[in-house]
Amino acid sequence: MKKVIVIGNGMVGYKFCEKLRAKADASQISVTVFGEEPLPAYDRVHLSEYFENKSEDKLLMAPRSWYEEQNITLKTGQLVTGIDRIGKHVTTHTGASESYDYLILATGSSAMVPPIKGVDKKGVFVYRTIEDLDQIIEYAKTVKRGAVLGGGLLGLEAAKALMDLNLDAQVIEFAPKLMPRQLDEAGSNMLKSKIEALGIEILMNKNTKEICGNGKLDRLEFTDGTTLETEMLVISCGIVSRDELAKSCNLDRGARGGFKVNDRLQTNDPDIYAIGEAVSHNDMIYGLVAPGYDMADTVVDQLIGGKTKQFTGADMSTKLKLIGVDVGSFGDALGLTEGSIPIAFEDKNAGVYKRVNLSADKKKLLGGILVGDCKDYSMLLQITQNGMAIPPNPEDLILGARGGGSVGGGIGDLPDTAQICSCENVTKGAIVSAIKDDGITDLKEIRTCTKAGTGCGACSPMVSDICTATLKSMGQTVRKTLCAHFDYTRQELYSIIKVKEVKSFNELLNAYGSGDGCETCKPAIASLLASIWNDQILKQDTIQDTNDRFLANIQKGGSYSVVPRIPGGEITPDKLIVIGQVAKKYDLYTKITGGQRIDMFGAKLNDLPKIWRELIDAGFESGHAYGKALRTVKSCVGSTWCRYGLHDSVSFAIEIESRYKGLRSPHKLKGGVSGCRRECAEAQGKDFGLIATEIGYNLYVCGNGGANPQHAKLLAGDVDEKTAIKYLDRFLMFYIRTAEPLNRTSVWLNKMEGGIDYLREVVVNDCLEIGEELEKDMQALINSYHCEWKEAVDNEDMKRKFRHFANSDEDDPSLQFVPMREMKKPAEWDEVKS
Amino acid sequence: MNQQTLSYQTVNTEDVKIWFEACTVTDFPSDGGLCINYEGLQIAIFNFSRRNVWYATQNLCPHKKQMILSRGMLGSEGEEPKVACPFHKKTFSLESGKNLNGDECDLATYPVKVENGSVYVGFA
Ligand code: SRM
Ligand SMILES: Cc1cc2nc3c(=O)[nH]c(=O)nc-3n(C[C@H](O)[C@H](O)[C@H](O)COP(=O)(O)OP(=O)(O)OC[C@H]3O[C@@H](n4cnc5c(N)ncnc54)[C@H](O)[C@@H]3O)c2cc1C
Ligand code: SF4
Ligand code: FES
Repeated sequence: MKKVIVIGNGMVGYKFCEKLRAKADASQISVTVFGEEPLPAYDRVHLSEYFENKSEDKLLMAPRSWYEEQNITLKTGQLVTGIDRIGKHVTTHTGASESYDYLILATGSSAMVPPIKGVDKKGVFVYRTIEDLDQIIEYAKTVKRGAVLGGGLLGLEAAKALMDLNLDAQVIEFAPKLMPRQLDEAGSNMLKSKIEALGIEILMNKNTKEICGNGKLDRLEFTDGTTLETEMLVISCGIVSRDELAKSCNLDRGARGGFKVNDRLQTNDPDIYAIGEAVSHNDMIYGLVAPGYDMADTVVDQLIGGKTKQFTGADMSTKLKLIGVDVGSFGDALGLTEGSIPIAFEDKNAGVYKRVNLSADKKKLLGGILVGDCKDYSMLLQITQNGMAIPPNPEDLILGARGGGSVGGGIGDLPDTAQICSCENVTKGAIVSAIKDDGITDLKEIRTCTKAGTGCGACSPMVSDICTATLKSMGQTVRKTLCAHFDYTRQELYSIIKVKEVKSFNELLNAYGSGDGCETCKPAIASLLASIWNDQILKQDTIQDTNDRFLANIQKGGSYSVVPRIPGGEITPDKLIVIGQVAKKYDLYTKITGGQRIDMFGAKLNDLPKIWRELIDAGFESGHAYGKALRTVKSCVGSTWCRYGLHDSVSFAIEIESRYKGLRSPHKLKGGVSGCRRECAEAQGKDFGLIATEIGYNLYVCGNGGANPQHAKLLAGDVDEKTAIKYLDRFLMFYIRTAEPLNRTSVWLNKMEGGIDYLREVVVNDCLEIGEELEKDMQALINSYHCEWKEAVDNEDMKRKFRHFANSDEDDPSLQFVPMREMKKPAEWDEVKS
Repeated sequence: MNQQTLSYQTVNTEDVKIWFEACTVTDFPSDGGLCINYEGLQIAIFNFSRRNVWYATQNLCPHKKQMILSRGMLGSEGEEPKVACPFHKKTFSLESGKNLNGDECDLATYPVKVENGSVYVGFA
């Protein structure tokens, strides 16, 4: 009979016992476990749930009785302090000693605490054990603000915990990114806005210099000189393996600490194995359970004499476990592989960012990032791990196959051997047979009988997919309906409004919707009504998005910005002077925008009509900077001055901007006209762009800067100005009719079946025979153009809408500005006091 | 913390001591709000005309402490009438003041009555 001692009764130490007993009983291998913590092993992965249920039992991997039943001697509250490799026995802090044939080191890790001045202060905690949580809970009762040091997986989880303890919580990250090891910049930005929406403040690029306060902390100082008032700090800067025991009995350690092991997980003493977070395998430390469980498996195999299984490294794919914030990162997430090709998709509106990295030959999926929508996580992970074939248009991996359907042919294509749950190593075949053979129908039962999804839970969505697929209940609709109040797509509503001549939101809601509407459908319908009837939007001001409602962009603090139209960026000295005078008179911050015009910020609501009166009298019009509407048509100086210019790009830009000004659309529209192929107007970065050629213009469409830059595609080459405008009319109208709400032209084209070729068929070759109709609709909109601001300031009732108080003409006394470079800026969110 | 927030206290109809005549019905847009000044306290009054009900809440959005809710958008979630803040679209129940899509602290609410064309807000 072999005698095995396990040091450490954590998740992996426990899993080792479980797996060993499945293969060998006490008569073959006796097991003694030493655990430093007072409790038997508990589920650290779900530690945060302790905040809600406060129940230790719920977290236990198994009750004490289980160890007895399994004939395992469990000694908790016992710290092993020494190993005598020659005498083959261990000693504990109580002096007790015990001999072994094989020793398993499962000592895990502890939180890494950076050597910052003041870390020893009262109010500084780590986040690793139930004791830590008890202390955090107690202390939190006495304070209002708490910060977390470290914006990684754990840090964010800790921050949410602090928030749930009713603290106002901040996350401090040293790197310029959140979850720096898992996310790229775009992913991090999207995650940041989601976390901030939860009400958690995020400070990046912050290097903490000192933790200040006498006795207990009350302030953090950063190296950039800034400070943060906080009463509590949870440190979550990574882990360090618990390899203390290595020194005393000179076992080798890895470069970054941890017991150094070979592929059989043996230390330099063949009778001593190490598993879990305590291990350094090829100088790699795995801070996740799945690899630890895999190691436990390997060692069990060694001990029962299988000696076949080896540990050759593990996948670091992870998901963040924050309710409401889906984040997944798998395989080579950052695309570090030589020659890998990234494909990214971002929807600011829906708060979704997805990225996949393809191999240089575009044949295999290397890894990727999912923020805001993880439903395809497991599928993509599977494709990556099983080297499965990827779809002909790889972008389908993240956009979903055209017309819905799930990525890469869906779970149907998965081999039965595919590992679905990596924590419990459950294959697709096992789940399918549980359903087919054991007649199991719901997820809970599947979890209990196969254990799938009982680990980190990342695979749960896929388990349920397999369930539904196997149960042949494939019935998911892909209609993107507007919201709970309208069971129609935007395109359907477009036709309804047009055909039934619906003029108001309430008419439409009463006839085709339910409830009272919401902040999603109201602006969408408002935009449709404007795109179809082009009526003064202030007649239904309360369904307009906030910027539209006051014909100005709202700013931090509640002031507004004023952007008069400056077509093509051309402006006379006199008009420049007027802008200067107005800005001076109303104390406005002025800036040249990225759109070749001038923005005046910091206007008081009550001043807006006065400001616009003066601008309009000087011949300005609304620039619609506040609307999902035509913004600017950027021009380059062109042939009038430029030595290379082929045509007069400025005049043409002005003509086009004046033609489409006031046009409302699913998202904002921007254009550009360049006088030659040097492209100084960046026309290929716009929703529509014209570049002069020897004999005419090349017309490009569906370009985009901003969040997901995308070059415009050539729609028609060498066309004359008249033809260019005809195609533009058709193109814009077709976009307005068919796009989803808040989709830029680029996103719209990316979703379009047949892509640019199909669009060309419609616009240039008129394959749908709607060309004339589209031109007619556009002409009607152009004819009905009116300057919203002129109407507003000419109309007393509308003017009255621009008041802060209904019962006084005062401005909002809580508006606050601070000086900046001889001008002003709004006080920061948190500086505001009233 | 913002002084204004501290001075916002929900008032129940039975506790009303002063009915403050704030403004007239005709001042209001349909299904929209206005802000009124009551002794330095900014109150948002909402005319939920679809239901023909009136509501009043604090004008300060608890999220980023912005004096803005009167410019918010009205709507419903299920049966719950709500207002969405213009800044980050946090939504609050007009009945209870509860934050419906986050953990912001709730809004103080005030009773409103309309008598021959005038809108009154109740204070304790
Ligand atoms: C003022 C300006 C920045 C500046 O000082 O230069 C600006 C300011 C804002 N931009 Fe912009 N954008 C400005 C040029 C741009 C440009 C550059 C350009 O147009 O050549 C881009 C990239 C090009 C593009 O749009 O394709 C740009 C990409 C965005 C985006 C991302 C759009 C996207 O498709 O990813 C947003 C967010 C959105 O629209 O949803 C945005 C949104 C905004 C908003 C409206 C956000 C908001 O709702 O408050 C900012 C408020 C403006 C204000 O308060 O008046 N702004 N914005 C520029 C105004 C241009 C103008 O004269 O109208
Ligand atoms: C809040 C939180 C969330 C997490 N979320 C995830 C997640 O979503 N997904 C994921 O894969 N992983 C997650 N992890 C990581 C995961 O918990 C660890 O990978 C896992 O617990 C490692 O198990 P282990 O047994 O190696 O180490 P541990 O669980 O740390 O167990 C080691 C045990 O050994 C004891 N010990 C140490 N030295 C001695 C000694 N000399 N004598 C006796 N006993 C000793 C320790 O006290 C400890 O109880 C999370 C961790 C935390 C803290
Ligand atoms: S695009 Fe051509 S014409 Fe226009 S400024 Fe540049 S070089 Fe000159
Ligand atoms: S300030 Fe109201 S939601 Fe942010």
